[in-house]
Amino acid sequence: MEGVSLDVAEGDFLALLGPSGCGKSTLLRMIAGLIEPSAGRFAWREDLAARREIGFVFQEHTLMPWASALRNVALPLELAGTPRREAECRAAEWLARVELAGFEAAYPRQLSGGMRMRVSIARALVTRPRLLLMDEPFAALDEITRFRLNADLLKLWQEERFTAIFVTHSVFESVFLAERILVMSPRPGRVSAELRVPPEHRATEEFRTSPVYAAHCRAVSHALAVAMAV
Amino acid sequence: MNTALRILAPSLIGALVLLAWEWAVRAYAVPPYILPGPLLIGQTLLRDWGTLSGSLWITAQITFAALFVAAALGLALAILFAQSRVIEMSLYPYAVILQVTPIVAIAPLIIIWADDLWLALLICAWIVAFFPILSNTTTGLNSVDPNLRDLFRLYRASRWQVLWRLQLPGAMPYFLAGLRISGGLSLIGAIVAEFVAGTGGASSGLASRILESGYQLQIPRMFAALVLVSAFGILIFLALALISHLLLRRWHESER
Repeated sequence: MEGVSLDVAEGDFLALLGPSGCGKSTLLRMIAGLIEPSAGRFAWREDLAARREIGFVFQEHTLMPWASALRNVALPLELAGTPRREAECRAAEWLARVELAGFEAAYPRQLSGGMRMRVSIARALVTRPRLLLMDEPFAALDEITRFRLNADLLKLWQEERFTAIFVTHSVFESVFLAERILVMSPRPGRVSAELRVPPEHRATEEFRTSPVYAAHCRAVSHALAVAMAV
Repeated sequence: MNTALRILAPSLIGALVLLAWEWAVRAYAVPPYILPGPLLIGQTLLRDWGTLSGSLWITAQITFAALFVAAALGLALAILFAQSRVIEMSLYPYAVILQVTPIVAIAPLIIIWADDLWLALLICAWIVAFFPILSNTTTGLNSVDPNLRDLFRLYRASRWQVLWRLQLPGAMPYFLAGLRISGGLSLIGAIVAEFVAGTGGASSGLASRILESGYQLQIPRMFAALVLVSAFGILIFLALALISHLLLRRWHESER
């Protein structure tokens, strides 16, 4: 990766869009502090550097198979020293918010792919992070499930107003979710274009089939084609 | 239907083989000191139950003690290995040496060195049973999902939290698989060591009964002791399989 520079304002929903190998996942991991950049730095607003303020949703659900949905969601709180009873109480709230009330005792393998991803999202949000990082979280899901999760994620974001950085290789997903779309190009990975989607129409299923949506998708596809031609 | 067949089919085969055996022994008038029939073996087992069960108890004690020590030490050492690559690299070769050296060859030494014969037998059984648990558990502790490890790092989990909440539960299926292998091996270790120790001395486990019966040409009793050894081995295996099933059935693929 080379010369990547980006500002993210609080409450933004930012998508990193690009082909595989353009370093978008690496960038996300650097932001999370899981990889150290060889050069360059991140400047945080005040004390965000305390990493408990960051939530991370991986490409796979990354749940502990030996723990129930409730125990999985409670994990980040318990690692931070929250008493078990309180952690489970808050985990149950978050399971309900991702529409999984009643599945507290279910083990990951008893849940469908979409439900597992919902548990994973609840786990990332249970600490109420200011920044939510997502690494192609819905890539492995079927389209119907993906559309529903897209809409539900957007709803959660509107309620919670965390800052979101969402890595994807889907043009349609990025236009539906993000206000700002950064198109990245490979070898070396860098940001080749930035597009904005005005928020007026978003977060409704009608948006997906509207001419405005189609126009944005066309613009983003074009930017992506340009990025890959370089 | 399926479960019934799974029990019924092998039982039927077993019964047929026993019947054929009994018939062959009678039809060809094979003397009992060459090959006793199953009926005679069964009668001997009942008649000598007093001495044989006492021997079984001694062998069982050694086997379980060895398995317990192997599980505890194997687990502890595997945890130590998982903490530091250097420790693992320095000690693992010696565990391998312990494993590859035939127990029959070192049993006499151990019997000479250990004051107590019971202790000597325990050490022999332990040496045989120890390695699968150590090796399996080490593999389990090291094969944590890298994304889960990253997740724990993101939340700044302590080394202890990673071990207790991530590595140990993840290594559980590996540990239990090791335990299942070691259960049978600790019995074999105990029997082999007894054989080396011979019939002399205070030991009177099943192996020394087998030896003793051989010397006295009491072949039916030898077979009866043999049956007990096998039955005990099967029992250990079933018990460990049950434990494994109860612990893993809710989440692990192997116990679906």
